[in-house]
Amino acid sequence: MEKGNGGREMIIEVRDLVVGFGDHVVLDHVNLDVYRGEVLGFVGGSGAGKSVLMRTIIGLLPKRAGTIKVFDVDLIYASESQRQSVERRWGVLFQQGALFSSLTVRENLQFPIRENLELSERLLDELVVAKLEMVGLDANVCEKFPSELSGGMTKRVALARALALDPEIVFLDEPTSGLDPIGAGDFDTLIATLQRTLGLTVFMVTHDLDSLHTVCDRIAVLADGRVIAAGTMDTMLASTHPWLRAYFHGKRSRAGQREHARPNA
Amino acid sequence: MSTMLLEGSAHGERLQLSGIGAWTAENARRLEAEIDAETQRREPIKRVDIDMARVDQLDTFGAWLLERLSRTFSARGCTTQVFGLRENYRALVDELHGVKEEPEPAPRGNQIAYALAKIGENIALVGHSIAAMVNMLGALVMAVGRAVSHPRSFRFTSMVHQLDNVGWRAVPIILLITFLIGCIIAQQGIFHFRKFGADIYVVDMVGILVLREIGVLIVSIMVAGRSGSAYTAELGSMKMREEIDALRTMGFDPVEVLVLPRIVALLIGVPILTFLGSMAALYGGGLVCWLYGGISPDIFVHRLKEAISLDTFEVGIMKAPFMALVIGVIACVEGLAVKGSSESLGLQTTASVVESIFLVIVLDGFFAIFFASIGM
Repeated sequence: MEKGNGGREMIIEVRDLVVGFGDHVVLDHVNLDVYRGEVLGFVGGSGAGKSVLMRTIIGLLPKRAGTIKVFDVDLIYASESQRQSVERRWGVLFQQGALFSSLTVRENLQFPIRENLELSERLLDELVVAKLEMVGLDANVCEKFPSELSGGMTKRVALARALALDPEIVFLDEPTSGLDPIGAGDFDTLIATLQRTLGLTVFMVTHDLDSLHTVCDRIAVLADGRVIAAGTMDTMLASTHPWLRAYFHGKRSRAGQREHARPNA
Repeated sequence: MSTMLLEGSAHGERLQLSGIGAWTAENARRLEAEIDAETQRREPIKRVDIDMARVDQLDTFGAWLLERLSRTFSARGCTTQVFGLRENYRALVDELHGVKEEPEPAPRGNQIAYALAKIGENIALVGHSIAAMVNMLGALVMAVGRAVSHPRSFRFTSMVHQLDNVGWRAVPIILLITFLIGCIIAQQGIFHFRKFGADIYVVDMVGILVLREIGVLIVSIMVAGRSGSAYTAELGSMKMREEIDALRTMGFDPVEVLVLPRIVALLIGVPILTFLGSMAALYGGGLVCWLYGGISPDIFVHRLKEAISLDTFEVGIMKAPFMALVIGVIACVEGLAVKGSSESLGLQTTASVVESIFLVIVLDGFFAIFFASIGM
């Protein structure tokens, strides 16, 4: 595999990606690298195309030009079996959870495992309990249906399902949106813990500045259809780009709060 | 390929186990079998040492099986020790060590009692759905009352839009189907009546059957399948997305805003469709009589005038609004009964179509008795 950035292994490589709908070009020659073992926070204004990029990488949207390589495989030219083996190595957490509403939590978690591996019923049941506990849920939610879960629980179950096959990379689409600050904080901690214990690579689309501060190793910023910056939080805070300044030094940011609080202090 | 993942050797009361290779999801099935084999050893074992030094890959699946292995031996009173685990896997193993045992599933009760309880529940459910229908009828009457006292509050635009959907757009398919039904009835009639030389009575049969029963029934069944299901699905998905709740919080009555215009549209649309359908069926019947039975249009019309009266037509068309009401009320009740899941939406839509077709036919039966007893 290609090495870059101090010899770290590249898991996702996006080059000159163009995606559009009709006359509207959403992503205009986007370049992005994701390295093994990092938590990449992906930010951008509403409608900037963050989710579009994520959905294009995982193959849900067609691209107009450019290349996307995941685990060094270009999915466009990959054979069916290659594709499946790549899909088996990633997990996706959709914004609304996308749990199968006609299946119980247990069946939702077992679904990807059952389809890919032949395991005994006993092991499947035990794994469901283990996965649920890893995401901080009790075994008693097993028999519930998705419509009976609260927002935070839905996100956790969806994360557990994304992690069902022990993927190497997880895509999270706004994992903390719709959660209260305590729940969001817990979720951040959870992602950090899982990332450490499982050695995950995390691609996280988010608006949550706290998540960006606490769990993300690196941040990439999408604006005007391009990745305008990528780097650590310090790089972002030091940047002079007007959008970045507005985003990271706005009223709701930590840096911004310090700046706004100073005159009164 | 099938190298051992777990090697074991017993030395007196001590069991030495050592894991080898990749303890990952792909190998989980094999690993589970090997672990089960080791835990079923017959030797009196007091102490188990698990050496993980030769395991070079470990994921949640492998880590859980390791945890299960040591739990099984610990539960038997053995001293269990795991060593040689790679540093980067320690966090994962510790994480799974904290997982609680799955609670025992509740014991299953008596099967007969369960079956009886299910029957009881279903009967109660029938009662509930009748109550829901009556409830909806009541709410509808209230909404009509409000619409009469404040005519401006009636959603006229919405009603016209629904009328376009359930009435105007249904015309081609209704005409086609009733035309074909008319043709078939006439053809079968001629075919069998000819044996008795009673060809001409086909006109009586087509006329009475179509105008009294078949026209309104076919149209009602078509509307139930075509528009009733659409109503249920529309209202159901609005319920799922909390749009109904949003209406309520803004001070609107969903029955007045959503249900009333739909039912009024059906009340206007179904009689018109019934009329058009009956005419198409008569036309089809007449055409077949002419082409297949040799009964010329002149004779057909003349005979038809003798066979039917205005009563025959009235009986059919009078039933239409009642059919419309039944279809509309059931569709809306079922739509508003949808719960959060997409499966529930499917169930309610099915229930809506099945129930409304069933009730349309039952109602038709009652009408037949009623009209017979008043001599129409």
